[in-house]
Amino acid sequence: MSAETDAETRKTRNAWLLSTPALVLLLFAASGPLLIVLTYSFLAPGEYGNVVWDFDLRGWISILYTKDIFDGTYHLADAHLSIFWRSVKLSLMTTAVTFAIGFPTAWFIATRPPAQRAFWLFLITIPFWTNLLIRTVAINEVIRNEGLLNTFLIWLGVIAEPIRIIYTDTAVLIGMAYVYLPLMVLPLYAAIDRFDMRLLEAGYDLYASRGQVLRRVILPIVKPGIVAGSILVFVPSLGAYVTPRVLGGGKNMMIGNFIELQFGQGRNWPLGAALSMTLLCVVMVALLIYVRAANKGDNQNG
Amino acid sequence: MANRAFEVARLPGFRTIALTAFVLLYLPIITLVIYSFNAGQSVAVWEGFSLDWYAKAWENEAVKGATYRSLIIAATASAIATTVATMAALGTTRRKAFKGQTAIYVMINQPLMVPEIVTAVALLIFFASIKVATGYTGLWYLIIAHAAFCVPFAYLPIRARLEGMDLTLETAAGDLYASHWQTFRYVTLPLMLPGIIAGAMLAFVISLDDVVITEFVKSGGQDTLPTYMLGQMRRAITPEVNAISTVLLALTVALLTAFFLLTRKNDK
Repeated sequence: MSAETDAETRKTRNAWLLSTPALVLLLFAASGPLLIVLTYSFLAPGEYGNVVWDFDLRGWISILYTKDIFDGTYHLADAHLSIFWRSVKLSLMTTAVTFAIGFPTAWFIATRPPAQRAFWLFLITIPFWTNLLIRTVAINEVIRNEGLLNTFLIWLGVIAEPIRIIYTDTAVLIGMAYVYLPLMVLPLYAAIDRFDMRLLEAGYDLYASRGQVLRRVILPIVKPGIVAGSILVFVPSLGAYVTPRVLGGGKNMMIGNFIELQFGQGRNWPLGAALSMTLLCVVMVALLIYVRAANKGDNQNG
Repeated sequence: MANRAFEVARLPGFRTIALTAFVLLYLPIITLVIYSFNAGQSVAVWEGFSLDWYAKAWENEAVKGATYRSLIIAATASAIATTVATMAALGTTRRKAFKGQTAIYVMINQPLMVPEIVTAVALLIFFASIKVATGYTGLWYLIIAHAAFCVPFAYLPIRARLEGMDLTLETAAGDLYASHWQTFRYVTLPLMLPGIIAGAMLAFVISLDDVVITEFVKSGGQDTLPTYMLGQMRRAITPEVNAISTVLLALTVALLTAFFLLTRKNDK
């Protein structure tokens, strides 16, 4: 018995030894620095950026409140709130838009003959792996004032003047929906692929309409896939940096750009650090929901 | 039977939406590629085929430097990431669950979970203090940062390959008096090689494409192709950016096609 336990102990030690280089690398350049951010969020801002090593809660307080420069009272920071609201609103809208387009797309792929599915999936995965910046540049070419869309509409005679989409919230929404659509389609496809199509026959045999079958049979069963896809879209949308920067311009900031600002012109590293930690917490909660949904999906399958 | 199930699964309008989605997904990318060959300045008016923008980009010293740095960083970072990921995969797969297994998984997949902007800020702070302390401002900050976030992308295909492998071959090698090292060198390693190559290619693509972390970690004059493009976009976009995008795009698609062929072959 002890020989077997010894072998197990050795195997476990090997597992740790072999993983050590990866863990050291990640501790050094991924997880460890997060602790520094956490520490910095409790320090005082330096005059020219960086921090002063004094315990200070102003970083956290100024997420929501600004201090009046005249009488020193605190009130809600409207500018900050509008940035948070825009981030949440645009992320939720992106999730809704990608679901509205992504669900039919995933359904379409899952109902192709098996031999063709790989091809359609490949078409979805190519943009997924393509540089996010390139895709943002590409959508920019379409929606900007002299872009494809406006040129086409003017040529058609539908409009006389270009519609100004670029540097608005709509542009950011279009851009994020475009770049994150594959993240919605892939988990939805995985869920629909497991769906037993005979349930549809049963539904129709029992005189259900198409709408009823969709609402009462399909959607409840593929729900784990819907939750997974929604979170996979919502999480990167909330932390988006490149898309709002390129398509939203300087005015239509989201949290990601707001964080950057604190480390640049804003020169308020503690606030930037506190904002980063807040974003991280929100994302972690969303991912916990995702893990639970994914496990549920697996259980249903097994 | 199959046909009947097929009819039942049709939902009105879904096909139209799906096909539209595919068109919308590819139309911007195709436009970008086509207009990189446009003779004129405008991205809206077609003035004839030309390779001028490619020539312009090629002659641009900043682009040359950025290309060089992108390739050096991607090659070195993916090599490091693949090496440590291979070791970790060998350690963590094909065994009973062990103490701390979840901790290792969480740690390895951490870059997939933490928002990029948060990691970028963390590395900015951390590396800034190292820069002050050591005075070193070279490319290794970028290489280490890239290597770290590439680890899960290298790890996942290697682990998938290992888990699909036949354990009996290694047992057979042991029965034939091969040493542990010989078994690894002549049986395990060749068998897992497609997974390692696939992992390395994904890591390379991920490193090549990174914008956010690079933008925060780089010192002055250390632009990679994506951060150079991002900087250019502050001004008006010229077709030069389209030309660079097209080249990067071609490289990504080539690597991905190779990746898919490689992993598909594994399944057979």
